[in-house]
Amino acid sequence: MVQTAKEKEMNQFLAAFAEVESKRDAAPAWRKHLRANAIAQFERLGFPTTRNEEWKYTNVSPILKPEFRLPAARARAIANVDSFTYPESRHSQLVFVNGNYAPEFSDTSGIPAGVTVTNFREADQKLVSSYFATQAGYDNNAFAALNTAFADDGAIILIPRGKIIEAPIHLLFVTENNVISHPRVLLVAEEGAIATVIESYVSLGDEDVYFTNAVTEVITKQDANITHYRLQGESPKAFHIATTAVQQESKSIYASYAIAIGGVIARHDLNVKLEGEHIESTIDGLYVATGKQHIDNHTTMDHAYPHCNSFQLYKGILDDKARAVFNGKVFVREGAVLTDAKQLNKNLLLSSDAHVDTKPQLEIYADDVKCSHGATVGQLEEDELFYLRSRGLKPETARSLLTYGFAEDIISKIKVESVRKQLDEVVLNKLHQEIG
Amino acid sequence: MLEIRNLHAKIEDREILRGINLTVNAGEVHAIMGPNGSGKSTLAKVLAGHPDYEVTEGEVLYFGKNLFDLEADERAREGVFLAFQYPIEIPGVSNANFLRMAYNEKAKHDGKDELDPLEFDDLIQEKIKIVEMDKSFINRAVNEGFSGGEKKRNEILQMAVLEPKLALLDETDSGLDIDALRIVANGVNQLRKKDNAVVMVTHYQRLLDYIEPDFVHVLYNGRIVKSGEKELALELEKKGYDWIKSAANAR
Ligand SMILES: Nc1ncnc2c1ncn2[C@@H]1O[C@H](COP(=O)(O)OP(=O)(O)OP(=O)(O)O)[C@@H](O)[C@H]1O
Ligand SMILES: [Mg+2]
Repeated sequence: MVQTAKEKEMNQFLAAFAEVESKRDAAPAWRKHLRANAIAQFERLGFPTTRNEEWKYTNVSPILKPEFRLPAARARAIANVDSFTYPESRHSQLVFVNGNYAPEFSDTSGIPAGVTVTNFREADQKLVSSYFATQAGYDNNAFAALNTAFADDGAIILIPRGKIIEAPIHLLFVTENNVISHPRVLLVAEEGAIATVIESYVSLGDEDVYFTNAVTEVITKQDANITHYRLQGESPKAFHIATTAVQQESKSIYASYAIAIGGVIARHDLNVKLEGEHIESTIDGLYVATGKQHIDNHTTMDHAYPHCNSFQLYKGILDDKARAVFNGKVFVREGAVLTDAKQLNKNLLLSSDAHVDTKPQLEIYADDVKCSHGATVGQLEEDELFYLRSRGLKPETARSLLTYGFAEDIISKIKVESVRKQLDEVVLNKLHQEIG
Repeated sequence: MLEIRNLHAKIEDREILRGINLTVNAGEVHAIMGPNGSGKSTLAKVLAGHPDYEVTEGEVLYFGKNLFDLEADERAREGVFLAFQYPIEIPGVSNANFLRMAYNEKAKHDGKDELDPLEFDDLIQEKIKIVEMDKSFINRAVNEGFSGGEKKRNEILQMAVLEPKLALLDETDSGLDIDALRIVANGVNQLRKKDNAVVMVTHYQRLLDYIEPDFVHVLYNGRIVKSGEKELALELEKKGYDWIKSAANAR
């Protein structure tokens, strides 16, 4: 029988799975079971097409064409990863290459005793099993299903009740050329725990072509406080698809800053469920796309209980022929009275060929709530440009200063200094401009 | 320094300036008065190089050279400064960064040393005293959330940093409280030198009590219809514009 292109793609993944699975050493039964489920779901779902409402503007077929290989071992000898690390996290970093733990680059000596910051293989399996795949559903997300089926390793962070971790914990994911990798993160903050986590995705070369398919799960229990930086700075030729699934329990605070700079096709889904009262949730984002990049952000903020506040600000800068997609859903379910939910997506188009499809959505089923949402798409203001030029700034400097100013309110919220500075530079460099 | 000859300018097909003639020499202060909508801000913006206005006739010489050969930013680096009637807010850009970049662009142009952030901080601490502004303004975003009067002071702070040769002050006095008016006027006076000139648009005599003009001009319907010395302003204060309007309209 002749296979369609689609079947061929699918079969390629299914065959790869069978092969990997046969070689896997005696994995715990629960993992084996999950994998089998996940691959079955993947087979049922298939890759999404643009007929799928959730993927209307993002065509994933280019991702499936290059025949990425699963990383059996590391292809290149990597001397060090110093250029990707942050001094604040020198002794609290876990590095993964192609999704697999790289102990030689990792250093957890700064993590206080009793706190788990490790990889799945070394972690207490009971711990992993009680949280793994509880948040990131895969019954309608083919990429999450694929990750769940393939992910061998991953990062696990468990901060016990009442622990405060000062140093930011850095999870660094490096993916090599031609590889498909399935990074996985599990972050659990128990009652009253406080920590900052940086999750960053990088490539070794600007020309590298590969596919990162990541899933992160976050649980903040009562009174916990987690700050989460997600820095997607992959090669401009890489493919990046990711889901972050967050569950917050009562009185917890979660703040996500999702920065997307890299990838030729990059998609991040951030789904937050507020499962308790008096929760505070901030999800901010910044995307900068140039050339022919396509950056897609989908968010869901799900209010199910009273007295919760959520704030969302995603900003995008698009130049050249870049495209961006923003789709943000805020649900205020029955009974979620006294909800305060704000959502705003602002886009700055620097070129007439750049394009954004933005769709903020608000669904309210409760009374007595304070909600707002909106989206803007604009260019640099002529009056602002003139004002700067009237002070002697050259047109290109004036433009880049205004562009920088547009992104500044997101960047300035980043509390880890070296991350903030790096971002300042990356944003400016990426726009091919210099600021003196 | 500045010679405006028969200047005509329009915006969106509407002619606003209809033959302006004005000569400004170094060391002079000129006041431009006139009813609302007569074209005062338009004249200031045309001189500063606002791209929305089209010059249709006439010429402007600045130190003997055609001003319109220069882009807005080039004019600024050559010493033209416009204090806006409505200063623009620039979110996300700090006053300090913006001013340092502007200062350095000009320094580069003048062949002077550029200043790093620390050196510039010393300079701005000095300059901010001239306008008696609180230091916290230096690190706030340019004009963002500033009160009307604070924005005007910030314009004069920028002028103090950039030390222009030709300062065009468009209603810098409006919106200022009594103390701020005195402070801003003192600031402008401190910046007056033999080799620079000030052209200030104002509606009120009180500013001219502080900054004494050498000449007062009345702009009406896109033309300067009357010029005189500082006594003219006093006369306008007493009599209003009607007599000037009817004289101009009769012509
Ligand atoms: N974009 C525009 N399109 C049409 N007309 C304009 C535009 N901008 C300004 N004008 C008109 O040009 C005229 C002159 O405006 P200008 O701002 O120069 O007046 P002004 O003398 O500074 O007045 P004021 O004393 O109120 O500040 C006004 O009638 C104004 O409505
Ligand atoms: Mg005016």
